[in-house]
Amino acid sequence: MTMHPIFRTWKRHMAGIVLIVVQIALTLAIVCNALFIVGQRIERMRRPSGVQEQGLIRISQTWLDAPDAGTPAGVDKLDAMQRADLEALRRLPGVIDVAASDSMPLQGAIWSGDLRRDANQKRAMGQAALYYGDDHMLPTLGLRLVAGRNFNPEEIDHHMLRSVQTPAVCIVSRAVADQLFPAGGALGKTIYVNRHPITIIGIVALLQTPTLAEWGRDWAYDSILMPVRLDGASASYALRVRPGREQAVMRAARDALFAIDPLRDMPDTWGLQTMREIRFKAYRGDRGTVIVLGIVCLILLMVTAAGIVGLTSFWVGQRRRQIGIRRALGARRLDILRHFQTENLFIAGIGAVLGVLLAVALNLWLMAHYEMPRIPPPYVFAGVLVMLAIGQASVFVPARRASKVPPVVATRAV
Amino acid sequence: MNATEQLKMFAYYLDLALRSLRRNRALTMLMVLAIALGIGASMTTLTVLHVLSGDPLPGKSAQLYYPQVDPQDIKGMYPSKEPPDQLTLIDGLNLLHAARADHQALMTGGSVPLQPEQSSLDPFYVEARYTTADFFSMFDAPFLYGHGWTEADGEAKAREVVIAKSLNDKLFAGANSVGRTLRMAGTSFRVVGVLDSWQPNPHFYDLNTGSYAYGEQVFLPLQTMLELRLDRGGSTDCWGNGGGGVGSILPSDDCVWLQFWVQLDSPAKAAAYKEFLAHYSQDQKALGRFQRAPNVRLRSVMQWLDYQMVVPDDVRLQNGLAFGFLLVCLVNTVGLMLAKFMRRAAELGVRRALGASRRALFAQLLIESGVVGLVGGIGGLLLAMFGLWLVRQRPSDYAALAHLDLSMLFTTFVLAVCATLLAGLLPAWRACQIAPALQLKSN
Repeated sequence: MTMHPIFRTWKRHMAGIVLIVVQIALTLAIVCNALFIVGQRIERMRRPSGVQEQGLIRISQTWLDAPDAGTPAGVDKLDAMQRADLEALRRLPGVIDVAASDSMPLQGAIWSGDLRRDANQKRAMGQAALYYGDDHMLPTLGLRLVAGRNFNPEEIDHHMLRSVQTPAVCIVSRAVADQLFPAGGALGKTIYVNRHPITIIGIVALLQTPTLAEWGRDWAYDSILMPVRLDGASASYALRVRPGREQAVMRAARDALFAIDPLRDMPDTWGLQTMREIRFKAYRGDRGTVIVLGIVCLILLMVTAAGIVGLTSFWVGQRRRQIGIRRALGARRLDILRHFQTENLFIAGIGAVLGVLLAVALNLWLMAHYEMPRIPPPYVFAGVLVMLAIGQASVFVPARRASKVPPVVATRAV
Repeated sequence: MNATEQLKMFAYYLDLALRSLRRNRALTMLMVLAIALGIGASMTTLTVLHVLSGDPLPGKSAQLYYPQVDPQDIKGMYPSKEPPDQLTLIDGLNLLHAARADHQALMTGGSVPLQPEQSSLDPFYVEARYTTADFFSMFDAPFLYGHGWTEADGEAKAREVVIAKSLNDKLFAGANSVGRTLRMAGTSFRVVGVLDSWQPNPHFYDLNTGSYAYGEQVFLPLQTMLELRLDRGGSTDCWGNGGGGVGSILPSDDCVWLQFWVQLDSPAKAAAYKEFLAHYSQDQKALGRFQRAPNVRLRSVMQWLDYQMVVPDDVRLQNGLAFGFLLVCLVNTVGLMLAKFMRRAAELGVRRALGASRRALFAQLLIESGVVGLVGGIGGLLLAMFGLWLVRQRPSDYAALAHLDLSMLFTTFVLAVCATLLAGLLPAWRACQIAPALQLKSN
């Protein structure tokens, strides 16, 4: 089929064509980048935390009648209170294991330390989240040990955070081991956490840090387990329960803990929650962004499709006579349909080329302002295909109407 | 033409516009919907951005400054590195007692257990601000009853407390509670003042608490907190052998954990104060306390919020996206109007031939697009209200603040009408270029 008649008509509709091209280009640029962001967020939300999330519960509470942690007697009293809680929780039906565990992946509260391979290194080699807890922490969280062993009960110490006492042994995540000892052999080595020597006795496969914040992004899986029950006015516990028993155990746990000491702050909102809830809350911002961007993209595509339908309908109405003449001269209905489909393909094609340039420019701008990686070509190609498909789909209705213009129109004065 | 005639013509154009819009209902609907969606989306995100980047203390914030000095050891130092975000206790007290500003307050946050007298209420934790006397006057905190404590009371470690309206409602059923007693952390405090509803957003004076929708329920003298060793929260940054800050142990001298705000009534005073900070750092270095060269900052409230990047990235991103969306909707409307106006070339040709000036046609077409804008604006307003309702359902800390205010309402309409008038300009101009004779002939 010849393209000639298409371009001939363009001169008369330059303004309209330019507008459609601009609209397609802008839509493509925005949709590509928005979907790229959506893709990144979904990828982020799917990252594993390293713990067995099903059947995991976190309890976090503050005693209103906590003794002063500034005295040795106070510290001992706090530890006794914590151990009493742990014992009570262990006796609940449906509970498999209970651990003192100050934090959990995705949960937000984080203690961290800087890492060195020897004490005199000037610059730290990295940073890691410190998970304080007892020997039950590893099995309760469901971490996979890839080398070495778990803590022994006698290795568990108890003191306040920022105490002068520091533990002699620790278990690190593979990310920490690989970072400090790229050649391997981390097990049994002594490392320096905040310049205190600690020996690695075990390595776990994967353990995400508790924070999703921007500043922790570069060391998202650098975690260290410390054999310390932290003493303080607040104490947190991890519970491994039989699948499906989470809600029943949480109810029983609340009653059991309040029976031991009613003077404690342990609201439902953050006091007792399943790992599922923690995950849900941790990613709510990302989920919101995904939904907002998704809806905006959808509406944007709909608006652009509607615009194409509107403008093409107008052209069809304006060219009724020419269409009639072409039909009278022997053009088939299919030819007329093809004329409009092809015309749109050209317009959308030009829009798509411009759109690709705009999309890359927008991506560059976002990279400069928002810590965004370069947009991968598949997103842009997919965007181009979607735009072309939408163009073809939305031009179909007016084009079919055009193809139904009878040849006799040519003989009529409009 | 006199005013009445002009009004008559306007009414006539309006009538023509409405007729024309009724003729192509689908097209009109499409244009109105596109404008409404674009305006709705951009107003929703713009309102959120407007609320989040707002001035927490309008009219006062320009005189408030946040001094920073650099007491860190020499490790990890490099030029142009920012000093810490907070002060050590020593520096805080030194600067407070130097009293070189018009007003100054040293503060930190925490939470204290409160034991209500009523047996019907269980003990609970309240958010506390430990601060010095100038806090209330400097931040224009409004008092419902009573007043703040005096500087002398503060230095005397008085057991005095100012409470928020919400706590006064809860404990004293909203009555004047000045003189009543409050037991917190095992100590009795005398209520000296009750604040009226007051919650600056963002919570600029201490961003460690979360930036938005945070308010303290009790305000206690800092010196009293230091003596009683009340529990404190917020961030503590230490270097060297710094530590402490848990339970009753205060953070050591190598830790920053206090916020210090000053009021400086003129730019000259601000410049002088910055000079003073540099001198202070120099003196401390001479004394051997500071190791680094003077490294000071003096940011105003808005500069501080900007530096701390308080507005979430996602909010700015969504705002940009919404304006891109509005742009596409506008381009879309321009295209549709062009189609519509060009289609009416015949009608316009007749009107030209009957003596209507170009200006008159132009006015007529612009009124038509203005009507689309107005209706689209109303639709956009409804959509924006719906959008903000959706934002409020989200669990972020700023969600509750997302309300349309009067200025945003006004902006919506101006934006909608201006946008469509702009969108109508090109099509109207094109339509008016038609030579009347040509149009008549082709008919």
